[in-house]
Amino acid sequence: MNRHVFDSLEMTGIRKSFPGVIANDDISFSIHSGEVVGLLGENGAGKSTLMNILYGLIQPDEGEIRLNQSPVNFASPRDARRHGIGMVHQHFMLIPTHTVAENIALSLDDAPFFDPVSVINDRLDVCSRAYGIHVDPKAFVWQLSAGERQRIEIVKALLGNARLLLLDEPTSVMTPDEINEFIGVLRAMTAAGIGIVFITHKLEEILSVASRITVLRKGRLAGTVRPASKDTNRSGDTAVHDGKNMETSSGHDEVDKAALARLMVGRELEQIIPGKSPPEDDILFEVENLTVMDDRGRTAVKNVGFTIRRGEILGVAGVSGNGQRELIESLAGMRSPESGTARLADRVLPLDAGARAIFESGVAHIPEERMRFGTVANMSIQENIILKAGHRAPFSRRGIISFSAAANRTTEIVNEYRVAATSIVAPMKNLSGGNIQKVIVGRELADHPALVLAAHPTYGVDIGAAEGIRSHLRECRDAGGAVFLVSEELEELFELADRIAVMESGRIVGIVDPRTSSFGEVGMMMAGAHIPGRAISSGDKP
Amino acid sequence: MFGFSVRIERCQPASTTLSIVIILSAMTIGLFSAAALFVFKGFSPLTIVSKILTGAFGSRFAWMETIAKAVPLGLVGIGLAVAFRGKFWNIGAEGQILLGAVAASGIALFAAPHLPDKAVLPMMLTAGFAAGAIWGVIPALLRTRFGVNEVVSTLMMNYVAAELVQYLVYGPWKGASQMGFPYSDEFVSSAVLPTFYGTRVAWPMLVIVIVAAFVTWFLITCTRWGFETRVIGENPEAARYAGISHARVTIILMIISGGLAGLAGVGEVSCIHQHLTTSAAISSGYGNTGIIVAMLGRLHPIGVLPAAIFLGGLLVGGDVLQTSFGMPFASVNLFTAVILLLLITGDVFLDHRFRIRRDCPASSTAVIAPSDSTCGGKMRN
Amino acid sequence: MDTAFVIATIGRAFTAGTPLLLATLGEIIAERAGVMNLGIEGMMALGAVAGFGVSLESGSPWLGMLAAALAGISLSAIHAFVTIGMRAGQIVSGIALTMFGLGLSALIGKGYIGRPLQTPLHSITIPGLADLPFIGDILFRRDPIFYFAIIIAALIWIILYKTRWGIAIRSVGENPLAAETMGVDVAWVRVWCVLFGGALSGIAGGYLSIVYNPSWIEGMTAGRGWIVIALVIFSFWNPLRAVVAAFLFGGIDVMQFSLQSLGISPNLLRMFPYVATIVALLITSSSITRRHISAPEALGEPYQPR
Repeated sequence: MNRHVFDSLEMTGIRKSFPGVIANDDISFSIHSGEVVGLLGENGAGKSTLMNILYGLIQPDEGEIRLNQSPVNFASPRDARRHGIGMVHQHFMLIPTHTVAENIALSLDDAPFFDPVSVINDRLDVCSRAYGIHVDPKAFVWQLSAGERQRIEIVKALLGNARLLLLDEPTSVMTPDEINEFIGVLRAMTAAGIGIVFITHKLEEILSVASRITVLRKGRLAGTVRPASKDTNRSGDTAVHDGKNMETSSGHDEVDKAALARLMVGRELEQIIPGKSPPEDDILFEVENLTVMDDRGRTAVKNVGFTIRRGEILGVAGVSGNGQRELIESLAGMRSPESGTARLADRVLPLDAGARAIFESGVAHIPEERMRFGTVANMSIQENIILKAGHRAPFSRRGIISFSAAANRTTEIVNEYRVAATSIVAPMKNLSGGNIQKVIVGRELADHPALVLAAHPTYGVDIGAAEGIRSHLRECRDAGGAVFLVSEELEELFELADRIAVMESGRIVGIVDPRTSSFGEVGMMMAGAHIPGRAISSGDKP
Repeated sequence: MFGFSVRIERCQPASTTLSIVIILSAMTIGLFSAAALFVFKGFSPLTIVSKILTGAFGSRFAWMETIAKAVPLGLVGIGLAVAFRGKFWNIGAEGQILLGAVAASGIALFAAPHLPDKAVLPMMLTAGFAAGAIWGVIPALLRTRFGVNEVVSTLMMNYVAAELVQYLVYGPWKGASQMGFPYSDEFVSSAVLPTFYGTRVAWPMLVIVIVAAFVTWFLITCTRWGFETRVIGENPEAARYAGISHARVTIILMIISGGLAGLAGVGEVSCIHQHLTTSAAISSGYGNTGIIVAMLGRLHPIGVLPAAIFLGGLLVGGDVLQTSFGMPFASVNLFTAVILLLLITGDVFLDHRFRIRRDCPASSTAVIAPSDSTCGGKMRN
Repeated sequence: MDTAFVIATIGRAFTAGTPLLLATLGEIIAERAGVMNLGIEGMMALGAVAGFGVSLESGSPWLGMLAAALAGISLSAIHAFVTIGMRAGQIVSGIALTMFGLGLSALIGKGYIGRPLQTPLHSITIPGLADLPFIGDILFRRDPIFYFAIIIAALIWIILYKTRWGIAIRSVGENPLAAETMGVDVAWVRVWCVLFGGALSGIAGGYLSIVYNPSWIEGMTAGRGWIVIALVIFSFWNPLRAVVAAFLFGGIDVMQFSLQSLGISPNLLRMFPYVATIVALLITSSSITRRHISAPEALGEPYQPR
């Protein structure tokens, strides 16, 4: 087909399952020339799978893709690109030590052999005139901000003659100014007949740019809606609607932000399991003015402060990548903060002294990526149990490891957490994901820590194991500990947490009481909307 | 091209049986295929292999020569096994051997006359261990403090050490009684290691290497430091999560690794040569051969011992090639190299499987999904 | 010191630096593509014996050079197969390669020891320029391989920085994953770069036995292969800096004999390149300079496609 013509694309009945998960279940999606279609959903809702199918990275189990009314099958990304589909990934595929022009030249099929960057200037001019995208071809990629890198990815796709662009959370890395400029670029592209799929979980933004929004929830289609007219939209900025506009059926109903938030996070729970009575009023853990950089040297956590009381679970809600990871890593001693202090029971935590010093201060850490950090796959379960406490009694005395002490502790944990393992000296890698997580949680909670830092403790764990892990966290709280729980599952936060702090762009934008708040409210705060009376930075009293 | 392509994919690691099969096949196939190269010189591979094996293991004398070579190889191999366990690529055993030899010679030449006889050898061994350890700790510090790649730094330090030895034997330490040869003076008898009668095997060194193997085995498996070394070697990120000090572990590891190599150097000058000689004569590539010993021994201190005997035998076989066939000694490198190449190639089968599949553009140009998306966003674990 | 002595010394530095330069350029290309090949010493040794043998038997030093290149290519093909095809460790494979090359060259070369080569490569006199005072003798009356090495250096610079190939090569060494998504065949690029590096190392070895010292002795590479590893770092993976660095190191090689008469130990002088390399490595590893001159990011890591 002619790669320069794009009229419409339809996906119908798309189904894709991975071992243990149905990532896409009977999803339909369509986009026409000159249209921006939002694809909205929480992490794990199936957006990325759907787009990877469209881009030829993954083959669907069932379903049909029709491009300009004729059925197509993309065997590879190259195939998809040949059909005029371009994708901009969330993690940029650029080579930092190359210049912008070199990066672009590498991706062009028709750049000349000698001095391939020579043609880039002219083409960039064309691109900048047509769509208003400006990039400096001579700059090195490592010098550029994430927003600028994003622009290069878009230019790369456009110069590769993409007529349907898939943008995976393009604004998550941009500054507000860059976002404004970017929206202008989007308009110019659609005016030129390019179709744009805009994957995001930011509601405000998608309402302002998309002509239609397809919402996915837990691998299923939650609905396809149209943004409401400006009036309704504006009221959504300032107050939470009571749900009258909410629509969960498919169709092209007009929605405002609150309705969209509910559509994304799911049906409101009628009965929220009540948390315990408000805990005693003594503060166990206190963080002040914490500022942390991410791996690229950008400020990821901005002057954050909060408190956790004895016997309290503080949940942290937020779209991933808003600083939660850096926050928890710095509190765990794995990432030195730029500034700020943390006090546990009136003792200052040595955040610069490494993870062991923090562990010695009575802090447990259930890490985010359990295979990367939490365990050593080739070592035995028993050795993984003493991974953090192996340097001290009872597991080692005078530098000698006591395997009997390790075995006792391991047997205790294996029994208490019902870890399915053939033997305590079997290698860790033989365990399933859920059992690995049980081992980690068991290890971390075994010494009755005063503070538990838990990052996504039930992520990817089967329901039974997840329930067990939650009840162990509750036990920790009931025993008078403090729990700092980062999760992307709002249901989990509402079920477990005594208070929920919402992080957005490296800040805590508010702390709410789950008994008086709603998914919609938290969802909106996660999306960056400010809610009057809720923008409390630290130490609020429920 | 042919409608099919072979893909190598990661899979669950296979059993230890396969691991041993790979070692044995690498040794056998390596021996014979390297011997096959001698066909061009008019020798049958079978003759070559049988001559090497009888030369190395065919008599008590042969065994003793083999063990004499296996001792330094074992010491170096144990040290390298420890370093590799902690993912520190110590390519510098050669230099650490030389430094050990230099320090021991220094004691033997200058301090021995002022020391009680009984103290000389212990002093030499201690100084040799210390010098090798210092030479090993330098790259460890460069790596942990400044991020300097240890492969290149240890490699470079080999040559610095070699030039140092050359400088000494051609310059200030050149022996007055050596008739112009680049040797130091002969060691006094108190500085010479006792040997089994009629052999070149210094029994104290044999004891040291066996003790060293068991002690290191104990250190690696049973101590806190060994545990931390293994965590770093298996998963450095988990080590960071657990708060293990990379610098501390690596420095201790290189004290052991460099120190053992240094001891090997002491044995060479104090027993085999009995004077400091040129760098090439002190260590005929024990540093590199030690890498093979460590790999063949599967980085296990006890496994290193038989591997050292095997390679010691090969080196003795190299002498046989020279004396019986008039082949240059260096041609023994062919055997060690081919065995090593086969071993690391064979090891791929341990955690990979090969899949032959139909060629289609999709598979050959497949692109890695970069975001959290390949498995429906469930990639976190 | 008189002029003739200076000219002779500089000239010898160029001759000593030429094989270093060739092999360094080859290793730069391989490392730029992300493959470290510690087998240079072996490839040079095999190149030397192949070059010498073929020159001797055929009477043509040019055929000898070709044979040297082929010898280097075949050894590096082993490295390519083991490290790229089978994804085994580059360090260990390189060391094995060195041992293999040293062993095989000793075996092959046994009959060549002590036989002189009657047909060395003749110097090329560049008309006009050769008559310039001072530099004429130094730069324009040299052997053809010297010019070849200089041309190759310029060519590699052009390829690396001014062509599609160069961008692809550097991408593969920096971020193979990103390169693959942009349609570069990572394994293919790496294989070619390793083979090219092998060819240049082989020629470097051939130069030693055909031009530098027209004869064969066992171990005549004398650790030059490791100097090359140092030179690659010392020139910060840049082919033009490699020219300067290689002739500088060649100069050190020559000077040790001159300085010996002044009472300076040649051995201490010979330590200099190695110490300098560690210092250079220290500089490249520091965070300030890292962006501009550091090692290719993916150097030494086997690439595992999805």
